Amino acid sequence: MDDTTIWIVIVAMAIASFLLRFSFLGLIGDRGMPDWLLRHLRYTAVAILPAMVTPLLIWPSDPEAAPVPERLAIAIATFAVGYLSKNVFAAMGVAVAAMVLTYWV
Amino acid sequence: MARTSTMSSFWRGVRGGLPFLLVVTPFAALFGVLATEAGLDLVQVMVFSLAVFAGAAQFTALQLMQDNAPTVIVLASALAVNLRVAMYSASITPYLGKAPLWQRALAAFFLVDQSFAVPTLEYEKRPEMTIPERMAFYFGVLLPITPAWYIFSYLGAVAGTALPTGIGLDMALPLTFIAMVGPMLRTAAHVVAAFVGILLAILFASVPHNLGLILAGLGGMMAGAQMELILKRRANHG
Repeated sequence: MDDTTIWIVIVAMAIASFLLRFSFLGLIGDRGMPDWLLRHLRYTAVAILPAMVTPLLIWPSDPEAAPVPERLAIAIATFAVGYLSKNVFAAMGVAVAAMVLTYWV
Repeated sequence: MARTSTMSSFWRGVRGGLPFLLVVTPFAALFGVLATEAGLDLVQVMVFSLAVFAGAAQFTALQLMQDNAPTVIVLASALAVNLRVAMYSASITPYLGKAPLWQRALAAFFLVDQSFAVPTLEYEKRPEMTIPERMAFYFGVLLPITPAWYIFSYLGAVAGTALPTGIGLDMALPLTFIAMVGPMLRTAAHVVAAFVGILLAILFASVPHNLGLILAGLGGMMAGAQMELILKRRANHG
């Protein structure tokens, strides 16, 4: 990952994030968005985050990474606690505990 | 008179923002640590946090840059994760739309989950608030969390340079995302969107240039939206 790429990503994200935030408040006013678009936007984060994570768990790029069954077990435990408790920090606590058990015990 | 009510709105906003320090500080510190581990220097970490100011999107960009995904894919994915701020922008416009342009631009720059959720609730509860009072409340909410986001990004980055590499941090980012997603799945439609996203990500894993991720994300979104329609129809008939 080289410096130029990092700076391009940072600058482009800064501009685009501002435009997303400014879109309605600054430019469009309260003309509103079509229902079908809002309906799709509601699911962007919940669709793309798990899609990004799953291949990383199944096909780790680091040769010294923990074996796949253990990675999946940690991931499932973290997810289950987050889903049931609706609490990000409870889930992260479980993730840290499971990592410590896997890597150092 | 008007001045005192603006000030009291501001301080009510500060009180509304304070509890979120508990959420913002650990994420900012974690971003600092992981960004440094990924190879960003201190200046890059700080400019990233200062100029972008979007937790989940910053983590997403970090992950994909580490995977050497093409820049276009990095940007498309990170922005997709942050698309919800466009929804916030739309929903908060009826309340703030009549403020001066420079104030709206400033408010837009700092529009995040907390500065959307806390003020919107307040505006609904007190429809009599004037535009200056609303703006004062909005920036009151931001007063504790914005400096905290920057300071803890910095502290995390400094701590990150001191940590040795290769202590299982390859799992830290994925697990952070998983922990974030669990609480987001509030309805069956959310669950369907996540499940279809996962399934398609596995099926499309060999599509070049990480394009599979975009396809999986789009597929998940469409599945979630369809499921929402089905649930609504069922509720209307039942």
